[in-house]
Amino acid sequence: MSDKMHIKLTVNGEDKEFLAEPRDLLIYALREKLNITGPHVGCDTSHCGACTVTLNGKSVKSCTMFVAQANGAEITTIEGIGSPDALHVLQESFKEHHGLQCGFCTPGMITRATKLLEENPTPTEEEVRFGMAGNICRCTGYQNIVKSILAAASEINSAKEAAE
Amino acid sequence: MNDMTPDREERSANLKGMGCSRKRVEDSRFTQGKGNYVDDIKLPGMLHGDFVRSPYAHARVVSINKEAALALPGVVAVLTADDLRPLNLHWMPTLAGDKQMVLADGKVLFQGQEVAFVVASDRYVAADAVELVEVEYEELPVITDPFESLKSDVVLREDLEGQTEGAHGPRKHHNHIFTWEQGDESGTNQVLDNADVVATESMYYHRTHPCPLETCGSVASMDKVNGKLTLWGTFQAPHVVRTVASLLSGIEEHNIRVVSPDIGGGFGNKVGVYPGYVCSIVASIVTGVPVKWVEDRMENLMSTAFARDYHMTGKISATKEGKITGLHCHVTADHGGFDACADPTKFPAGFMNICTGSYDIPVAYLAVDGVYTNKAPGGVSYRCSFRVTEAVYFIERMIEVLAIELGMDSAELRRINFIKKEQFPYTAALGWEYDSGDYHTAWDKALKAVDYDGLRKEQAERVEAFKRGETRTLMGIGLTFFTEIVGAGPVKNCDILGMGMFDSCEIRIHPTGSAIARLGTISQGQGHATTFAQILASEIGISADSITIEEGDTDTAPYGLGTYGSRSTPVAGAATAMAGRKIRAKAQMIAAYLLEVHDDDVEFDIDRFVVKGAPEKFKTMKEIAYAAYNQAIPGLEPGLEAVSYYDPPNMTYPFGAYVCVMDIDVDTGVPEIRRFYALDDCGTRINPMIIEGQIHGGLTEALAVALGQEIAYDDIGNVKTGTLMDFFLPTAWEVPNYETDFTVTPSPHHPIGAKGVGESPHVGGVPCFSNAVQDAFRPFGNRHTNMPHDHWRIWQTANRLGLHD
Repeated sequence: MSDKMHIKLTVNGEDKEFLAEPRDLLIYALREKLNITGPHVGCDTSHCGACTVTLNGKSVKSCTMFVAQANGAEITTIEGIGSPDALHVLQESFKEHHGLQCGFCTPGMITRATKLLEENPTPTEEEVRFGMAGNICRCTGYQNIVKSILAAASEINSAKEAAE
Repeated sequence: MNDMTPDREERSANLKGMGCSRKRVEDSRFTQGKGNYVDDIKLPGMLHGDFVRSPYAHARVVSINKEAALALPGVVAVLTADDLRPLNLHWMPTLAGDKQMVLADGKVLFQGQEVAFVVASDRYVAADAVELVEVEYEELPVITDPFESLKSDVVLREDLEGQTEGAHGPRKHHNHIFTWEQGDESGTNQVLDNADVVATESMYYHRTHPCPLETCGSVASMDKVNGKLTLWGTFQAPHVVRTVASLLSGIEEHNIRVVSPDIGGGFGNKVGVYPGYVCSIVASIVTGVPVKWVEDRMENLMSTAFARDYHMTGKISATKEGKITGLHCHVTADHGGFDACADPTKFPAGFMNICTGSYDIPVAYLAVDGVYTNKAPGGVSYRCSFRVTEAVYFIERMIEVLAIELGMDSAELRRINFIKKEQFPYTAALGWEYDSGDYHTAWDKALKAVDYDGLRKEQAERVEAFKRGETRTLMGIGLTFFTEIVGAGPVKNCDILGMGMFDSCEIRIHPTGSAIARLGTISQGQGHATTFAQILASEIGISADSITIEEGDTDTAPYGLGTYGSRSTPVAGAATAMAGRKIRAKAQMIAAYLLEVHDDDVEFDIDRFVVKGAPEKFKTMKEIAYAAYNQAIPGLEPGLEAVSYYDPPNMTYPFGAYVCVMDIDVDTGVPEIRRFYALDDCGTRINPMIIEGQIHGGLTEALAVALGQEIAYDDIGNVKTGTLMDFFLPTAWEVPNYETDFTVTPSPHHPIGAKGVGESPHVGGVPCFSNAVQDAFRPFGNRHTNMPHDHWRIWQTANRLGLHD
C-alpha cells in the first residue's frame, strides 16, 4: 500500500473530494467512496461496459481507469442523467421499448447511449449497433436496446425540429 | 350510476391483466441506476472476503502458511479447511447427492478451487492478503477427459475410495459417479438391429457457462445479540438456501433470513450453493461483523456453475419411407471434480430423457454415465430446464443425420414423425406425458413464413454458383422443432434436497382495494413484478397497477423452490391464479352479503361482482375490499387474504419451430445470419412484450453457445477461457434482428393455460444455429461437426471438405 492521494472530482455536477490510493480504480471510488452504485462491475477487463461513465465528455469504462487518472475530471454517471420527475428521453425510451431485463447493464448502456447520440444524432441501426458494441447485455439480445436508442434519437430530433 | 360506469372493454383495459403488453414496473429504478444488487449492499463495519484459489487442476495441498497474510494491516482472518472442520463445514452437500469441499481438504481437484478465505477491511487489502498466503502444493496427474478418467488408475475422489454405491446406484470405477438408464434397452436394440435404415452419430456438446453479467456474491451478517443470521445473495432459490444454511450451520431456520435482492441475470448460474456463500457466513460468525464476498469474472467462469459437457452417441432407426422406429442414446457426462449438478434429486441427468423430442418414437433407450474429471463442478441448466438443451440438440442433430442417411428433406422427415395433435396427452417412450401440442400447424406456419421451398431452391442455386467459382459464400438453412419440458414439478417425482418442487403465492388485499402478493420465486430480469400482477389482475379484478409483487425475502415470502427451469409461470404463476381464486371466492360471499342476494346469484365480471341478470346491481372489488375490513359479515372472518401452495399435476411442454438462414464465407469462416424466424407456443400468453424480449435474449444466448462460447481446458487443466477476452459473449454488432411469431396451445392442466417461455428460445436456438452451419456444408459431404462453430472451426470444416483447394 502506498500513500493516499487527494482526489477532486465533479460527479453529476457535485464537487467531491476524498483520499484514494493510486491503485484505486475509478469504479470502486465511485461505488464505495461516493456511494454511486449505478455503474456496475461486470467483467474487470473493460469488455462488458456495465461500468461506463462519461468522463470529460467521453464514454469511459471506469473499471479500467485509476481514480488518480481521473483527478480533476468531470464525470456523469447514470445518476446524473434525468431525474425521477423528468427522465431522460433514453430512459423513457428503454422503458417504452423493453430495452432492459435484469437491469445490470442498463446504467452503462444508457450512459453510453447518451454519448452515442451526441456523437451521432441521426444514427442508422448499423451505427447504433457498432456504437454500442462496447456494452454487453446478456438478457435482451440487443434488439429492443437498438429499438430504444433509435426511437430516442428520433424523438430528440423531432423535438429539436419543433423548437427551431 | 349506470351511465357513469365505463364500458366493459375500458374496464378490462384498465385492469392491465393477462394478454396485454404492460410496461414493466421494474424499469423505473433500473433505468435510473437505482437497482439494488448484492454488491450495492454496504453495512456498517462490513468486511470483505476473497479466495486463495488453486493454480493446479489436481494437487495435494501440503501446507498452508497464513502468517504473512495475517500480519498485513487490515486482515482480520484467514480461514482454511482446518478452521471449518470443527464446525463440520469444510465440506458441503451438493444438489446431486454428492459432497463438495468448501475449502481444500488435503487436495484440490480443479483449477480455481477454493483453498483459503481471506477476510479483510476492504477488497484491496483482501486481494493483497490472498497473494501473501503461502500454499505448498504437490502436483498430481491431471485428467480432463472423461473417457480417459474411466480408464485411469488415478483416483480423483480419494474420499469416496472403496464406495461402490453412489447417490444414484452402483459406481463402476473409482472415477465413475452413476449410470442412469431410462427406457427399454433390449426392445430398442431389437428394433435397431432389424431396421431398414439406422443413422449413428457421436457428438460433443461442449462445456460452457451461463455467465450472467452480475457474478455471484453474498453478504452475511450474524447478529450475535439476537442470534439472527441475515444473508443477502445472488440466489435463484432463496428459501432452499435458508434450509441448507440451517442444516449446515445448525442455526434454527427461524433465525435465518435469506434475501435475494435484485439479481443481474441468473440463467442457472445462481441456483447452486457455492463455497463463497458458506465462507461469508462462517466469516461473519467468526468476526461478528457483516462479511461480503463477490467473485470476479475470472472466478465466476472458472469455478461457479459450468453447463453442458455431454458426450452423446446416438442411433436412430427408420423405415425406408422415413418413419422413425427407435432411438438409442448414450451420454458420457463430464461432471468435473464434484457432482454438483443442479437437477431434481431423482434425475441425475436432468430431463435428458426428453430426448425423443417432438417425434412419435415407439421405443427408446437412454443411458447416462456421470464421470469425475479435474474440471470445475457445476452442471447447471444454462437457460434451460435440466439438460433439455442437450436433449433437444441431440435429437435435432440425429434428425438431420437421419435425413442425410435417407436422402430426405429434414423438414419433411420432421413432419411425418411429429406427434399428432390428436395424440395428446402423449406418453413418450421414455415416460413423460406431454400435455398438449399442435406441431404440424406450427411447423407449416413457420415453413410458409420463410418460404422454405424458395430457400432450398436458392441454396441449390448457390451451391451450383459456388461450384462454378462465382461465389465463395455458402448458404445454410437451419431447422429446429423443439419440445421443452418445464415447470418442475410434481412433488411426487421432483424435489431439491428433499424439498418438493411446489411453489407459492400469498395475497393480501388492502382496505382501499390495492394489494400485495408475495411469491416463492425470484426474478432475475424476467419481469415477475409486472407479469404476476397481470395474472392476479385478471383473477381478482384489481388493476395490475394497484398490485405490488414481492419476492426474495424468506422472512416475508411464502416458501417456494425458486426460479429456474422456466418454472415461475408454470408453478408460481399457477399458485398466483389459485390464490387469486380463493380471494375471489370470499369476495363473492362479501358481494352477495352487500347486495343482499344469495352467493350463487352474483357473478364475477372483470372488476366486480354483479347480480345475475341485473348488471346495474354490483359491487366493485374496491368496495368489496373495504367491506372486508369494516363490516361484520355473519359467518365470515374479517380481512381478505389468501395463500396457495401449488403442486403441479404435470410438467408443461412448450414447443416451437425455428428457422435460421445463414451465409458463410468459406475463406474466413465468418457466418452472417441473414434471417432468424422463431415461432414459439408457450400456451396462454401473459405479456407479449415480455415474451418477445425473452425470446430475443434466449436466441442470443443460443447464438453465443452455438457460434463460439466455450469453457475450454488444456491438457493440464488450465482454463483457457477465463475472461471475456476469450469467452464469447455476443455484442449488438454480432446479433441479428429476430422475427418472432406464435401459436397458442394452452396447457390443459395449468389454471391459466400458460407453459413458460424464458428458456425455449435457448433450447431451440442452439440446434437451429448449429444446423444452419452444418447445412451449409451438407451439399459438400458434411454430416456432423461439433459446436462451437467459431470462425476458425468453420474454416477448418471448409478446409476438411476441400473447399479451399
